[in-house]
Amino acid sequence: MSTTIPAGMREMTYREAAREGLHEALTRDERVFLMGEDVGRYGGSYAVSLGFLEEFGPERIRDTPLSESAFVGAGIGAAIGGMRPIVEVMTVNFSLLAADQIINTAATYLHMSGGQINVPLVIRMATGGGLQLAAQHSHSLENLYAHVPGLKVLTPATVEDVRGMLATALADPDPVLIFEHILLYNRKGLLAADAGAVDIHRARIRRAGTQVSLITYGGSLWKCLEAAELLEQQGIDAEVLDLRTLRPLDDEAIMATVTRTRRVVIVDEGWRSGGISAEITARIHEQAFYELDVPVQRVCAAEVPIPYAKQLEDAALPQVADIVAAAGRLVKGND
Amino acid sequence: MNEMAVPLPDDIDGAHALELFRQMLRIRRFEEKCAQMYSSGKIRGFLHLYIGEEAVGTGVMQSVAPRDAVVATYREHGHALLRGISMNAVMAEMYGKQEGCSRGRGGSMHLFDKATGFIGGNAIVGGGMPVAVGYALAAKMQQNGAVAWCIFGEGAMAEGEFHESMNLAALWQLPVVFCCENNYYAMGTALDRSESQIQLVEKARSYRVVAEEVDGMDVLATEAAARRAADSARAGNGPYFLEFQTYRFRAHSMFDAERYRSKNEVHEHELQGPLRTFGARLEASSLLDEQRRAELEADIAREIENAVAFAESGTPEPVSELGRFVYSEVQP
Repeated sequence: MSTTIPAGMREMTYREAAREGLHEALTRDERVFLMGEDVGRYGGSYAVSLGFLEEFGPERIRDTPLSESAFVGAGIGAAIGGMRPIVEVMTVNFSLLAADQIINTAATYLHMSGGQINVPLVIRMATGGGLQLAAQHSHSLENLYAHVPGLKVLTPATVEDVRGMLATALADPDPVLIFEHILLYNRKGLLAADAGAVDIHRARIRRAGTQVSLITYGGSLWKCLEAAELLEQQGIDAEVLDLRTLRPLDDEAIMATVTRTRRVVIVDEGWRSGGISAEITARIHEQAFYELDVPVQRVCAAEVPIPYAKQLEDAALPQVADIVAAAGRLVKGND
Repeated sequence: MNEMAVPLPDDIDGAHALELFRQMLRIRRFEEKCAQMYSSGKIRGFLHLYIGEEAVGTGVMQSVAPRDAVVATYREHGHALLRGISMNAVMAEMYGKQEGCSRGRGGSMHLFDKATGFIGGNAIVGGGMPVAVGYALAAKMQQNGAVAWCIFGEGAMAEGEFHESMNLAALWQLPVVFCCENNYYAMGTALDRSESQIQLVEKARSYRVVAEEVDGMDVLATEAAARRAADSARAGNGPYFLEFQTYRFRAHSMFDAERYRSKNEVHEHELQGPLRTFGARLEASSLLDEQRRAELEADIAREIENAVAFAESGTPEPVSELGRFVYSEVQP
């Protein structure tokens, strides 16, 4: 990062920003508590809640047994009972053990009860690969949840979003899932001194451009921004759209960037088949087909369980070079 | 009637005993009507009848306080009525009408009522258990004295969610009363064909939870057990587990051909049915006679008739309302 920090800004890691958001939530609202595996004495598996147990006590910083279904469901029940629980599931891979509670219960109760029983629950979890943790710790399954009506799915990529989305999620009357990419925790960014809650319904352009749109979210945002720099050296002006929220998708922002650049590469660490990239492609087809100069391209994870060995994992996940190549083909192929 | 019936204890409150009988009779007759309306096509989807198990819900519900929550299963018509959801709202829900307690979006299996703390109507076996634990956690953290009543069948005890929930409730000493309605069949699978340990209380005790076996066909026994459990939970002694041994007289659902049990077996249990036996005891104690019975039946029949009329004349939720209640309508 630059050595000079603009006035009114602070530099901090994504982990610190997530931590600050949690700290603020716990401080502001007595009803808020944090519950999950190793959130207390261990300090959080990604050290986000280190020191919280000492500060807020074991009633509000609850270490749970390894019972994802029970503690996620308990979050639902506690939310219905008047609390504002934040449930931490260690990774999205383990969230499948709680999929019944998330999909069959949290997402359905408001509708099944004819609007009576809302579930103001926030579930945070880590997602994504890149740390050589192999298949059962590296997947990007947020799209599974983005498939489900009744849920909101947030994928903060910046320090501002990881801090501010939590506050917005807690104010939401319905279940909100927040996915934090594991490679982001140590990444530094700048945060306004007065940073607070952020909007969760709008995608955001992180880099304006005119020739090709890189549509992405979460950990892949930074790969796209790096790719855009490299594309610029090739004389290609790329726009980067950070979706920020996978459900609901900001169709307006997607169609606006398509209309501006007429060329699209969707970058997603999830698999291509049935992934969020497929959904976005279909929506572009439905809503902005005639704005396109060339077919939509996708850079996704290879259709394999993410492997351990470095060279295999690198090959399985979207890389900057893949994004540059895909965008370059679109632009040059059309010139 | 039954000449052999044992009179009720001398110290019993006769009016209360008769009221318990009336409540059981009311849900029995309601469900008989539901079965009839199902056959005539007015009610669709799944319909799981509680007939035979009324003493459990009736006894339990006497100890449920206004601030408590009830988390039930898909066999929950009786609990919903006992909890105080109006018969009109329940019948209208089965008809899929706007006036139904879930505005026609839940049906038989998903009766909800926020006002009475009736948190469903969960049709995933075991799925309501973590929710009940969480409600109890909220109660404990808010120190509001509420108890979560978690009702489930013995089939749920094979689910991981049962074990996770028992452990969590015991670990955190939460005010949950786990009410297992053991009707001995998980759909068509008999208990001893699905569980290595059929002494169900032992499963609860392994989590250091106080557990009792209760005669689920005797409404006085179920009432007394529920009161002990409620007192213990409210006193801060953590969760309590009650196994109510009961029997389902009807098929699992209206699609069930009952190939897994004999008619004779069902008949044997019907002879020990909660209405039959308790009615006989009331008569032996001179608390019930033909005339009183006829009056009760007439009152209940009138209420049911009104509920059917209410449901018949209800408003079909317009299709334009389909997308409502996926998300809360008031957003921050």
